[in-house]
Amino acid sequence: MTEAILRTEGLTKRFGGLVAVSEVSLDLHVGEVHVVIGPNGAGKSTLTNLLSGDLPATSGRVMLNGRDIAGLSSDQISRMGVGRSYQKTNIFLPFTVFENARLAAQSRTPYALHVFSRAEQYDAINALAGAALESAGLAHRAHRVAAALSHGEQRQLEIAMCLATQPRVLLLDEPLAGMGPHESQRMVELIGKLRTDHAIMLIEHDMDAVFALADRLTVMVNGEVLETGSPEQVRASPAVQAAYLGGEELLHE
Amino acid sequence: MNGSPISRVLPYLAISLLALFPVLDSTFYTQLLSKVLIMAIFAMSLDLLVGYTGLVSFGHAAYFGLAGYALALLAAKFEAVSLWWSLPAAMGICVAFAITTGMLVLRTRGIYFIMVTLAFAQMLFFVFHDTKLGGGSDGIYIYTKPTMNIGDTALVNLEKLNEFYWLVLFFTAATYFLLRRILGSSFGRALMGIKVNEHRMRALGFPVFRYQLASFALSGGLAGLAGYLAAVQFGFVNPEILSWHQSGAVLMMVILGGMGTLHGAVIGAFAFVLLQEVLSNQAWFGVAAKHWQLAMGILIMLVALYLPQGLAGLMSKFQRKPVEEAADD
Repeated sequence: MTEAILRTEGLTKRFGGLVAVSEVSLDLHVGEVHVVIGPNGAGKSTLTNLLSGDLPATSGRVMLNGRDIAGLSSDQISRMGVGRSYQKTNIFLPFTVFENARLAAQSRTPYALHVFSRAEQYDAINALAGAALESAGLAHRAHRVAAALSHGEQRQLEIAMCLATQPRVLLLDEPLAGMGPHESQRMVELIGKLRTDHAIMLIEHDMDAVFALADRLTVMVNGEVLETGSPEQVRASPAVQAAYLGGEELLHE
Repeated sequence: MNGSPISRVLPYLAISLLALFPVLDSTFYTQLLSKVLIMAIFAMSLDLLVGYTGLVSFGHAAYFGLAGYALALLAAKFEAVSLWWSLPAAMGICVAFAITTGMLVLRTRGIYFIMVTLAFAQMLFFVFHDTKLGGGSDGIYIYTKPTMNIGDTALVNLEKLNEFYWLVLFFTAATYFLLRRILGSSFGRALMGIKVNEHRMRALGFPVFRYQLASFALSGGLAGLAGYLAAVQFGFVNPEILSWHQSGAVLMMVILGGMGTLHGAVIGAFAFVLLQEVLSNQAWFGVAAKHWQLAMGILIMLVALYLPQGLAGLMSKFQRKPVEEAADD
């Protein structure tokens, strides 16, 4: 087992009296897909927001490569190699698909100071954007305006933008939501491939995808971690069976 | 940035025609056109914020007026001051003021941003209005125009109407091409990204605040260029050039011309100043001329209702590509 690249310790988020995320401790390792499941309102997206810096934690630590990143801004965390996709599509609708990916790729470079050079002249950035679109299966849509894409394609673009920033840690918040079966299959394959050199946290409701990809599974309920372990362990857990899915669907696999 | 070959040569054509204008030898129109071009610089500087960075500033007159006062205060009373240092100094003061205020106002968004930029401009207005620093509400005369000498010979004589006009035209063209260049760069693309989706830009790792501050500073500096030239042209500054009416007027030029298109800001400045000239012409409109702002208001409303992309939007309606796609090609 490799050292965890990202680890949370007692991570907690309160919104007034509501505890959205309570004392969550989990590890992400390069080479592993760590799937987080749980009913709506379990705090999965809030957890992602805490890891990405979109929300500040109330207490607890987020260690990235041994450094506490809780309290850093989302752009700082992004530049440290943590990429995320959003549950609700969060792209640049008026721009072309390629420009969406190119902007994402540009974020890693100091070219912002080259104010007299055309944005498109950097081959390395264009190649990175192109490769990200290719991986996400959107290369054929590169010159279309993002607003004109189907919902599923916008989801793919969401992933492509995330990849174009070349993260080591990927936080994917329901990437398959709204995708057709064909794109879902493709995305599952892509995530499987990305596992080799990324640490991936995947939030997903699609149980086929969950069990196809999970190396480690965490079940959250009411902001707390109910169970965490290998998919077999979690499936066998009586607590999970009782609290989640009424014991039916998980066992059915 | 521009798709069709026509729109590619249009700026050069416009500049050439404007450069030939003084052959008409009309003092009135050359002066009027100088004013239009100065306002075009001012409007382009605001469009950088409103149209490209998504920051609706309602206090842009602060930078315009500050540069004017800088010139008035830097100029010794009866001795001509050199443009070579007074212009950079005036613009530098504006950039410094923009960075200082930007650090504060850029922590707010939306309606609060509008209010806080207005508040800073009003503060500056009352500093000059209520203290002796800039002659109070009466303002200050600038008795002598700045000089532009190389050695002992004048490169441009600002006392001469036509030479001043050409200088203003030069600065307008320079501002246009400078901004176009910058907006086509990685930096400019990041600004447009921030306008469309600030949250996602941050998630992608862009230090959004720094980009906005840079845009704010550049915009303030260019507004200062316009304010400096205006002060030279009119030979006079008073607190009115800092007032919120001025901030409102330049915002209307940007909206009238079409936000997010540089040429739109120029068209907006032309339309606004010329309309103002026409509508307030007593020979044509009699008593109604006194109430030109009423007619102007109705026109602005009509543009906002029927031409959401401004007068520049009219032009692009005749082009093949939608505006969004053109941004990438």
